[in-house]
Amino acid sequence: MITVELVKLLRRPRTWISVVLTCALPFMVAVFITVTHLVPPPGQGSAFLSAVLQDGALYPAAALALVLPVFLPVAVAVVAGDSIAGEATGGTLRYLLVRPVGRTRLLVAKLVSVIVYVLLVVLAVTFTAYATGVFLLGPSEAAAVGQAPGVPGGAAGGSVPGLAGQAPTAGQAAGGAVTSLSGAPLSLLQLTERTAGAIAFITVSMLGVAAIALFLSTITDSALGSALGALAALVASEVLVTLNAATVVQPYLPTRYWLAWIDFFRQPVFWRDIQRGFGIQAVYVVVLLAAAWANFSTKDITA
Amino acid sequence: MTRALIKRYGAVTAVRSVDLDVREGDRYGLLGPNGSGKTTLVRMLLGLVYATSGEIEVLGRRMPRHAREVLPQIGALIEEPAAYPHLSGRANLTLLDAAGPRVPGGGFMGKARRTRRQRVDEALEQVGLAGVGRRPVKAYSLGMRQRLGLAAALIRRPRLLILDEPGNGLDPRGIRDLRELLLGLNDAGVTVFLSSHLLAEVEQLCTRVGVLDSGRLVLQDDLAALCAPTGRIVVDTPDADQVAALLDGQVEHRDGQQLLVRYSGAAALNTRLVGAGLRVSSIGPQQRTLEDIVLSVTGAGSDQIS
Repeated sequence: MITVELVKLLRRPRTWISVVLTCALPFMVAVFITVTHLVPPPGQGSAFLSAVLQDGALYPAAALALVLPVFLPVAVAVVAGDSIAGEATGGTLRYLLVRPVGRTRLLVAKLVSVIVYVLLVVLAVTFTAYATGVFLLGPSEAAAVGQAPGVPGGAAGGSVPGLAGQAPTAGQAAGGAVTSLSGAPLSLLQLTERTAGAIAFITVSMLGVAAIALFLSTITDSALGSALGALAALVASEVLVTLNAATVVQPYLPTRYWLAWIDFFRQPVFWRDIQRGFGIQAVYVVVLLAAAWANFSTKDITA
Repeated sequence: MTRALIKRYGAVTAVRSVDLDVREGDRYGLLGPNGSGKTTLVRMLLGLVYATSGEIEVLGRRMPRHAREVLPQIGALIEEPAAYPHLSGRANLTLLDAAGPRVPGGGFMGKARRTRRQRVDEALEQVGLAGVGRRPVKAYSLGMRQRLGLAAALIRRPRLLILDEPGNGLDPRGIRDLRELLLGLNDAGVTVFLSSHLLAEVEQLCTRVGVLDSGRLVLQDDLAALCAPTGRIVVDTPDADQVAALLDGQVEHRDGQQLLVRYSGAAALNTRLVGAGLRVSSIGPQQRTLEDIVLSVTGAGSDQIS
């Protein structure tokens, strides 16, 4: 069944269109930067963008930062939201279930196919961004991340404790802090390892989104409804994350630690938020999948 | 097959205490007006909808508890057929078959996979879609989709076919093809259970009928018994008044020139009338049609608000 779901995923034009579009945004940004040589000053704009002119090999991280806030969650919510509800709308759900495919099995297969999709998108973005970075922006001049000139190392370095306390709200600024924090240069191996860590973290964050959408997908027969419902949950979470009055609930919000993957590019890696991020996503995924399973396995299929 | 089956959706009771009895080798037709609960009943048989109370037994096993053993032996068409529109019919069937359990009916591991190609070809052949090629399903006509849905029901070579409105979208030729296909399968030992509101379809195909009305099974019997002669004779005559006078007391109903007479046989009655010098335009035993029977036991459909 899992193989069948993967075949369905990979043979669906939508999958590839969304991958191409998600990769197209960082490519476009790279083209503009190459032509104009204008980047946001360190500490402003999207994370890592200020550093990519010096080191094209850092562009995958910058590209992930570009697609993370909107592109990735939208794509994931659409695919996960469509998983059960789409089959229900198309009428294929009932035929799958009388084949028979166990309801739990179907749910697991859908989940696996969503995970594969997330990995596919994230890896596609990483590799195209690496190619773009190296070919357009030039290979690493210093072969090191930490030596970007023009970074106010003292100021940002001094703010480390404060940054740690409020990192995600200061996430935008973290892009500037990365290079300044890492006093020691990163070797290519280290950069690869850390990019892999970041990919893993982002994938898990997206699984949180997928779990919300998958759960909603078992409730409604409308794929659109469940995708938009998941996005609405994310927007609500984003609003609360930036709201000082909502400090009490902030540690439990799904998007609270989304930007913690940036900490992989600090030297040494700053683990606290990364661990919390993994933890909170794990809780969301487990709870929502349990709810999805409970709902789906007892549901009357009338579509 | 089912006992005291009840399904409530909130305040609405869709199926009330239905005792369905389908025997092996039957061609069973489930009739009933729109909204009488046919589809809900079919979905309960297949374990898609869970019964509020009552028992369901399919192929000798309790449903939905033994769904894993029972469902692989059933081919089903539930309302409209469904397929992934961007894939070809063949790809759809292959995917659907691959989605099922790996061990069909206790066979060896991988047996289903080895025979898949052949079974898909065979199913497409059976429904007359063998030459359709690589066209995606979105380019199919309504009738072709219906045929594909039937093919999907046939790929596992089922012992029992459960078909909900199988004639939908088929042209007259398609309906005849369907009937011949189902008769052939039934001859080969496949039990056919179909629900329909098309009486003609059921009358020409089925050996047993059940009639649902507002969730109740109001009738269930062999078709032959239902449509057996009633022992009354229908006489058409221009001399209706004289005939009525002659057979006083035996005429049950009179409608213009048509009389309904209680009499031992059409030939004997004919002899008597002709002997009395009365003209007879036609004479024959009364035979109730399925339509008469169904209409007499069902009320208005639930989509009719009165």
